Parts: sequence; structure tokens; C-alpha cells
Amino acid sequence: MSATASPTVSATAAIELRGVVKRFGDLTAVDHLDLHVPEGTCVGLLGPNGAGKSTTMRMLTAQAIADEGELTVLGRTLPGDSKQARAECGVVPQLDNLDVTLTVEQNLYVFSCLYRIPRRERRAAVERALGIARLADRRDAKVDKLSGGMRRRLLIARALVHQPRLVLLDEPTVGLDPQVRQELWALIDGLRSEGVSILMSTHYIEEAERLCDTVTIMSKGRAVANGVPHELVRAHAGEQAWEVYGPPAMLEEVEQLAAREGRPSRRTGTAVAVLGGDAPPVGFESQTQPRLANLEDVFVLLTGEDIG
Amino acid sequence: MTTETTETPARIGRLEGSALNGVLVREFINYSSFWRSSAFSSIVEPVIYLLAFGFGLGALVQDVGSFSYLEFVATGTVGMAVLYSSAFPAMFGTFVKYKFQRTYDAILAAPVDSEEVVTAEALWLGARTGIYGCAPVIVAMFFGLDPSWGMFALPVICFIGGLGWALFGIMVSATLDSIDNFSYVMSGILTPLMLTGGTFFPIEQLPEWARAAAQLNPLYHCVELIRSAVFGWEGMSDLGHAGFLLVWAFVLWRIAIRQMTKRLVD
Repeated sequence: MSATASPTVSATAAIELRGVVKRFGDLTAVDHLDLHVPEGTCVGLLGPNGAGKSTTMRMLTAQAIADEGELTVLGRTLPGDSKQARAECGVVPQLDNLDVTLTVEQNLYVFSCLYRIPRRERRAAVERALGIARLADRRDAKVDKLSGGMRRRLLIARALVHQPRLVLLDEPTVGLDPQVRQELWALIDGLRSEGVSILMSTHYIEEAERLCDTVTIMSKGRAVANGVPHELVRAHAGEQAWEVYGPPAMLEEVEQLAAREGRPSRRTGTAVAVLGGDAPPVGFESQTQPRLANLEDVFVLLTGEDIG
Repeated sequence: MTTETTETPARIGRLEGSALNGVLVREFINYSSFWRSSAFSSIVEPVIYLLAFGFGLGALVQDVGSFSYLEFVATGTVGMAVLYSSAFPAMFGTFVKYKFQRTYDAILAAPVDSEEVVTAEALWLGARTGIYGCAPVIVAMFFGLDPSWGMFALPVICFIGGLGWALFGIMVSATLDSIDNFSYVMSGILTPLMLTGGTFFPIEQLPEWARAAAQLNPLYHCVELIRSAVFGWEGMSDLGHAGFLLVWAFVLWRIAIRQMTKRLVD
């Protein structure tokens, strides 16, 4: 299947946004955003806090209404036909909104009703979701007795109880420790391999690089770039980055040198990363360590902002 | 890859049974974990009022109009139970659900609209009130209140009254920004309406302007209807009371939906 963005709304687009604007008073949270999620792919929305990712997510379920632009989700035009779209969508919110006084199983059962699973299929749907969350043995535990990782697994399984065609994940692994994060990545990757369309917002570069077929980089409500992660890296940051370590005065020299050579550079803590080119900055070879350029480099180059 | 053309989407309507059902199931399951405390406050509190007023004031007051004081207070307490078991849980419960637990955010991500959330929540609280409201009358029967056929209408009357007050509570909750401000509504609106609704003393005692104002007090119409159900229907005036309660509930239904939609949808 081709993943090239087509300018027209096609039947194979799970999500199609064109020129979408959302304002809150004087603040333009989303500013003429175009976004294309082909069916069966995983698209990452990458950006720092405040880039407009969560607002975009909320517009896709009509929990925020766009001021301008066209939104189509699973072939339905929003906000008018949002309810049909939502019936086939699973939503994992950034902030946990499980019913904490209910058990794991009760939480899933309630959503099997809200998602209109026929009565006789509900039991099986709940069992399947318990399996996804790997919480079958904790089915009778109250949610407030679960660990953070278990709660997040339950939150994701709750969104999958009705086997949606499209899953919206808003910062699915924020605030979790690395091991739990990797568990969730495996879960999300599994969904993708089943052909579920996924839109995922994140500010973890590694998450986007591992899971997403394409990423859209957002900054201040706009999409500043989009494409396949490694292609974006090659196009904007080149293959190689050269990290020069040294005292601040030296780092400034390196930056000036890079500027003269027309190579982009950026500060990363105690070092300067010089991008592009196939050799370290002349005169600083001994203080330089090569590494592969990454999406974070692209992000900083394009937006001038630090992510995360 | 062959692409199936998506079938023309049938527009899903408003106020769908399956959406209401989903919200009601959630309420019902939640209720199963806290029904004891809820039933306790909604049933025991009016009963305490009934006993306190019945024995305390009843020793001084023999009759109120054509009623014995027990009869008057027992039916008045039903009215109070209706108010307390619908408006208060609606105010606090709704606020907690949208603000602290973000429950409504989760529900609105499913195929449920804010109109359906408000409607289902009000129906649920109304139904609960229909049952809680009967408690004072049942207790009063042990103290000599005569049973009557009309008492079987009490759940329906309490349901309708409870629906209106629940919607009032949802509207307040969706309108005010802080739970602290609820005090203004409770002390400034609900307590005065409760006391001047003909619950513990007849409104005929009140100055003329207050009596006129009572005609606009939904609790007054609710209490009048309760008394008619228990002691005998009064034809047109009962229809008037019922009509007032239904119109009031309908108007609040629309306002509560509008306020809640404003609150939940950016």
C-alpha cells in the first residue's frame, strides 16, 4: 500500500485534516494544520508541550470544534458526523480518566456498553481486552490499587474493547519508566501489525522513530515537516552529526565555524552538535565524537525549539 | 489493494437509547459500590427530620389546616427528600465527574454526546429519587399515617420532581467554576426554597408576597402534588402542579445541556 499523501480525501484515509484552525481567545492553538493518516499506518504527531497536539486530538473526537478547515475521520465529516466516527475509534487520553472506584473488569464492561457492543458479545470483548491489558488475574482489583503501568495498559485496553479501526493515542507513555514504556511500544506495534490505523502524539523522539511510519512535526500549532522518520533526518540533518565537547568559549567558536561552513549546529547541553558534511569541524577533530543524526536534530533545526 | 467504498453513513440520531444505556450502566455499577452511604443520607436524613419535627413540633401543633401535623410533616419531608436526593448529588457528583475524574471526557470520546450524558444522568438521579422519596411516608405509616392508593403515585411524582432538581444541580455544576461557590446556591437558593415550599409549615403563614413567590417554587408544587396523592386528588389544581413540574424540568433540561456542552466541548 502506498503511503504517499494524496491531496484529495480518499477512501483510504483514516484521518484527513485540511487547513484546520483552532483558537482559544487570542491564542491560536492549531494554525492551518494539514494532516493525513493513511488507513493501516501509524502516524506520529511530534512536538513540544503547547505545540497543539492535544487540541488536535480533541478535535478528532469533536471534543474541540475547529474554527476553520475540513476534518474527516474514517470517511465521516466532522463535527456533524463525529458520532459515527467515534463509534469506530478508540481514544487513549493523556490524562488517565479511568473510574478509580470500579474494578478493572467493570471499567472495561462500562466501555463495552458505551461502545455499543451487542449484549451477548460483551463478555468476550471484556475478556479480550483483559488479555490485551494482561490484567486477567487482576480483573477484580479496584483501579486505584493498580500500578501506573497497569493503569496505562488498562487505559489502552479500554480504548480497544470494541476493536476500533482507528486508535488515537495522546502521549501514551508520558511519565512512565523505560521498561513500562517498552511494553507499551510492543502493544502499539502489535496493533499496527493488525492493520489498525494509529495517530499518536508524543514528545519522545525515540517513540516516534520506532513506531511511526510517518511523522508530522508540529510547532506552535503548525505542521513544519512531515514524512518518513529516517527520510526526514536525511533531508534536514544529513547522515552524520558531530558532537564537539568543550568549555563554553570553545563551543562558541565551533558554532561560528559551522556557520561559516554553512553547516547547521545546535547546542546539546555541554556540547555542540554540528550537522551535515562528512568530516568533523576542522581543528576540533580530537574533541569530536560522531553519531548518527536523529529526529531530534531535525526538530530543533526546523523549529528552533527544544523538545521534551 | 482493493478498497471497499464506505457505505453511505447513516446519520446517528440524537438521544439514542444505546448511548443513554451506556451512561446509565456506568452509574448503576458505580452505585453498587456506594449505595449504602447514598441511601443512608437520602433516606435516614429525611426520616430524622420527620421524627424531630413530628415529635418536637408535633407536641405543640395538633393540626395544620385539614391535616394532622404528622400527616403534614410526613408529606412535607417527602418533598425535602426529593430536593436533597437529587439536587445535591447532581451538583457535587457532576462537578467531580467532569472536573476531577474527567469521566465525561472519557464518555464523550465514545459515541455519546453531551446531550445524552446530561439526559442519562438526570434520568438516573430522578429514578433514584423516586425510590428515596417514599421512605418518609413508609416510616410515617409506622407512626399512624393511614395508607392510601394514591401513595403508589409517589414514585412517579418524586421521579418528576427529582428530574427537575437533578437538572438544576447539573446546570449549577456546569455553570460555576468552583465547588466552593456551591455554598451560595445551597444557602441562598435551595434552603430558602426548601423552607418556603410548604414542607414543615404551610405557606398560608407567610406574608402575601412570599405566598405569591411560592407559586414559582417547584418544591411547593411538588409537595402539593405529594399531599394530593396521599390524601386525595384535587383535579385541575393537581394538573397545574404537575404541568409546572414538567415544564420546569423541560426548561432546565435544555439549559443544563447547553451549559454542560459549553463546559465539555472547547
